Amino acid sequence: MTALLQTRGLTRRYAGLLAVDNVDMTVRANTVHALIGPNGAGKTTLFNLISGLAAPTQGSVLLDGRDLTALPAEARTALGVARTFQGVRVFGAMTVLENVLTGLHARRRTGLWAAVARTPAFRREERAMVERARAVLEMVDLAARAEQRAGALSFGEQRRLEIARAMAPSPMLLLLDEPAAGMNPAETASLAALVRRIRGLGTTVLLVEHDMGFVMDISDVVTVLNFGRLIFQGPPAETRAAPEVLEAYLGHKVAARLAELAERSSS
Amino acid sequence: MPGWLADLLWTYQNVVYALGINGLLALSMYVVLAVGQLSLGQAAFMGLGAYCSAIMTLKLNLPFLVVLPVSCAAPVAFALAIGVPTLRLSGVYLAIATIGLGEVLRAVYLNVDWLGGALGLSGIPEQADFWMIYGLLGAALAVLWLIGRSGIGRAMEAVREDETAAQVMGIDVARYRLGALVASAVLAGLAGALGAHTSSFIGPNEYGFEPAVSILSFALLGGIGTPAAPVAGAWILTLLPELLRGLSDLRLVFNGVIIVIVVLFLPEGLLAVRMRRRAA
Repeated sequence: MTALLQTRGLTRRYAGLLAVDNVDMTVRANTVHALIGPNGAGKTTLFNLISGLAAPTQGSVLLDGRDLTALPAEARTALGVARTFQGVRVFGAMTVLENVLTGLHARRRTGLWAAVARTPAFRREERAMVERARAVLEMVDLAARAEQRAGALSFGEQRRLEIARAMAPSPMLLLLDEPAAGMNPAETASLAALVRRIRGLGTTVLLVEHDMGFVMDISDVVTVLNFGRLIFQGPPAETRAAPEVLEAYLGHKVAARLAELAERSSS
Repeated sequence: MPGWLADLLWTYQNVVYALGINGLLALSMYVVLAVGQLSLGQAAFMGLGAYCSAIMTLKLNLPFLVVLPVSCAAPVAFALAIGVPTLRLSGVYLAIATIGLGEVLRAVYLNVDWLGGALGLSGIPEQADFWMIYGLLGAALAVLWLIGRSGIGRAMEAVREDETAAQVMGIDVARYRLGALVASAVLAGLAGALGAHTSSFIGPNEYGFEPAVSILSFALLGGIGTPAAPVAGAWILTLLPELLRGLSDLRLVFNGVIIVIVVLFLPEGLLAVRMRRRAA
């Protein structure tokens, strides 16, 4: 198993607060990797450091062995990092199809003059992009809504559209920020199926999520953050039982009591 | 040109020229609004184009077809100088910086004798004609339309709607904004040069804050859904004072009321049609 994403000593300080504190994390290729932790643990900051929306105070981010640390977000996208946002951030005035076409921006090869002159290369590229966009919409079950205004979709549909937009350029790494938030059980189940399909397509998934059922169900590896520090990393079953994880979520008193109860019931 | 058109042109020459030139100015506003920036530097860019072209014609006796493209160089240089440090800032900062540019330039025109001072420059030969003005307006409209429907138009709209999401799509936001400001400077510079060579006189007060706001109101009135919308806005606001001559001093009030009504009730402008952003 090769490491697709590595963070080395990654640190982000905000005026005295260590949002991310010396995090060494490895995400293996072709896995679904979950990032969990209590509110304010630094998960979204870590996402921003990986996608390039925030710059680290210290440390580095490597994708497939290549150092991304000095690159802006748009350059990381071109190298295969894609992400969605907490809540949704589709381009509401555009159509559903245009949103996905915008997701293919980094794949565009023809420039301004080709667009003005409508060269054969430009037309070919535009046709290929529309074809690709329709295929991705098919995958998230939105093909029928391609020509509708993205802002008119339901919340759940907008989230699927956001995933489609991120998946359009076939990224190496997809970051999903709370993809199951606000979803009902049926929607969560279909999201889990979608995440598995994405992994099947060769895209590694790193996700932040609070829905533990969902996390335990689909993750190959779980990383736990607390106060910006990586406190645990392992398979879901071990994560659930790890005393340091229980303590982070429940406080040390409750965690100690739980451990006591567990010991008593097993003896 | 058919006889009736020649007659019409001769009778209403000033209005016909103003419609074309204001159309170009509206497009110059459109390109910056299209990437979500608010610039009030269009009048300053126009002034730079006008003064540069007038100097080249009056003092260097260069042919107008040389003067016209070269006079865009000065506004482009200023667009780069003002754009590079301010485009990373958002919201009103660019607007304030560009208002500042306009006022600085006005002071320069006023105080440099070589540029005519308060009297301005007069005796500029009328070398711009109907075909040049409308040819350039048509070309600018066509180019912006083609760009708008391509991936570049999609990227521009993405930058306008959500800068951060656009960045994550792989769009170089700063480059798009700078590109739009430079394109805006070219269009306004052309309009300035054409204006100077149709009116025979230019003065420092023609390119100050007031024209900057009227150029903005062209785009506010028409909207920015398509490049044609701001041009329509410019035409309405150019024709209105002519049609309302009877109201004399109340014309400006009427103009203002129309803009307020549009902003309140039609925030997307009079022509709120959005163009399709794909070319296949």
